[in-house]
Amino acid sequence: MRRVSDVFFIRPESTIVVVCVALIAYFSWRNSAFYSYTNIITMAQYTAPIAVIGAGEVLLLDLAEIDLSAGQVYLTAPWIVVLLGQHGVALGWGIALALLISSLIGAFSGSIVVWLKVPSFVATLGVNYVLAGYVLVVSSDITTDMRGTTGEFGAVMGISNWAEGLWGLGIVLVIWALLKGTVFGLHTTATGGNELGAAEAGVRTRQVKIWCFIIIAFISALIGIVDSIRIGSLDPAAPGLNEMLAGVTAAVIGGTALTGGKATVVGTLIGAVVLGVLEDGFNLIGISANWFILVEGAVILLAMAVNVQLGRVTAKTMRR
Amino acid sequence: MDEMNETQLVDTSGPGDRLERDVPRRGEDAEVGDHQRAIESQDIILRTEGITKSFGALIVLRGIDIYLKRGEVLGLVGDNGSGKSTFVKILCGFHRQDEGRIFVEGQEVAFHSVKDARRHGIETVYQDLALVPALTVYQNLFLNREITRFGHLRWLSNKKMRQMARKYLDDINVQVSSVDALIESMSGGQRQAVALARATHQESKILLLDEPLAAMGAKESALVIDLVKDLSHNRGVSMLIIDHNYQHLFELCDRLNVLQEGHITLDLRVEDTTMEDVTALMVAEYRRRITLGEEELRV
Repeated sequence: MRRVSDVFFIRPESTIVVVCVALIAYFSWRNSAFYSYTNIITMAQYTAPIAVIGAGEVLLLDLAEIDLSAGQVYLTAPWIVVLLGQHGVALGWGIALALLISSLIGAFSGSIVVWLKVPSFVATLGVNYVLAGYVLVVSSDITTDMRGTTGEFGAVMGISNWAEGLWGLGIVLVIWALLKGTVFGLHTTATGGNELGAAEAGVRTRQVKIWCFIIIAFISALIGIVDSIRIGSLDPAAPGLNEMLAGVTAAVIGGTALTGGKATVVGTLIGAVVLGVLEDGFNLIGISANWFILVEGAVILLAMAVNVQLGRVTAKTMRR
Repeated sequence: MDEMNETQLVDTSGPGDRLERDVPRRGEDAEVGDHQRAIESQDIILRTEGITKSFGALIVLRGIDIYLKRGEVLGLVGDNGSGKSTFVKILCGFHRQDEGRIFVEGQEVAFHSVKDARRHGIETVYQDLALVPALTVYQNLFLNREITRFGHLRWLSNKKMRQMARKYLDDINVQVSSVDALIESMSGGQRQAVALARATHQESKILLLDEPLAAMGAKESALVIDLVKDLSHNRGVSMLIIDHNYQHLFELCDRLNVLQEGHITLDLRVEDTTMEDVTALMVAEYRRRITLGEEELRV
């Protein structure tokens, strides 16, 4: 029993695991279609972008930074693929170039933060609106079809039912391994936990920050392209900030601190699943989508309150 | 210089008055000879010549000459803002000097980064400890010198780092509940001990300590003082310590240098002086500067 309570104190993602299991049990009880094969695929497709953007935000939050443009990069990258196609660039090259351009956008945001000392909140908000405006200008605010693709390449890049879910899971696992297992991850946590101290220990904190902005832009663009290939069309007016906020919400309710130095990619993945389960479950049991936003807010408040209190208890216990 | 100080310090007049009158400062003949003899000695492990540093219009260091002998503990004292921490950050490669030279074991060196200084055996424990509260003891011990595998992937070899951290902390008698304990769960003394362990576990020859006992209680200070003594006496580590607490400095140091207005103004052997005398020297120097300032204003 003591060990179970210790897990709750020490693992910040424990709370959200319990919430997730409870929600799955509740919606399964209310509607058996919830655990049907097709519904699980739907949830995976809905959850994947949130989990990926959330995992990217975990890197930034670990640094005590944030990238408000990640959702817009996710929406802009497919537009770049389409525009390149209009200039005769093959789909594969178009995707590669879109990923490269998105990475450069990340490097640009990171450079503004690191070299011009502009707070990341402001710098990436500006980049977000620049990208959103760019999409509106080049699309003339008209919905466009995503470039069609078939065969194995198309299946892998999003047409197959499980493609997006697997891409999402794969990217999240890579970010988890990067953060937990590598020198880069350790230096990211060190930079977020004590930037001056990490620099004094010789950690190249500026490079670490810029790379994190590049990584979140790259993975957001990648999952954005996969998502748009699955859906088949692009909406220029789609609000990127919503996708970004969903990712940050997943990270925060999963146990990542906004103050830096404490991050959990696993918690973020579970947080994204919770958001997916809530959205899907409410649809299935016939509750208005408006309620979803209300409940999402309540879940954030509850999860944060519980995590903060558990954090205090943990700190006291460890000092003893 | 040392003999001269000893003679002067038994003077019965008020310490401030006495020192204003008599004490030769760095740059005057008697001390230059002594300083020159010292720096020509083979025992010198670290030496600086004319280190200057400015931040914009603010001149912090105006030509610092110091030397540190092998196994010696040198205390650097001075008022807040006198440039002590800046000087330490130059010696450890965090800042670059504007002018001046640094010699390690007689060879001139140029530090472009903290890693450069480390390669020459110089490690630092900063005022802010440079520890990351959210990381564990072993992660902090190995921060930026991690043991890795899988080549360019730079995958952390946590098991090996844990083992080495445990062994080293045992070797230098630092007690922590576990090498997996988070720094944020530890007391100030334990944190400082970990910071010292980090600075010394890679065969460092010179240790720079920037206020290692700041904001610590008596019990925690004792823990760190014992550790510093052990590193100096039993492991032959040479140290430069910044501290405002003269009691600590007299307990730890062999020699004291006073840094005022960007210059080393006094060089004293601890055995030749007392805390009261050093305090008096500092006060006298400040009085002298105030007088000089007033005279300049009159002119």
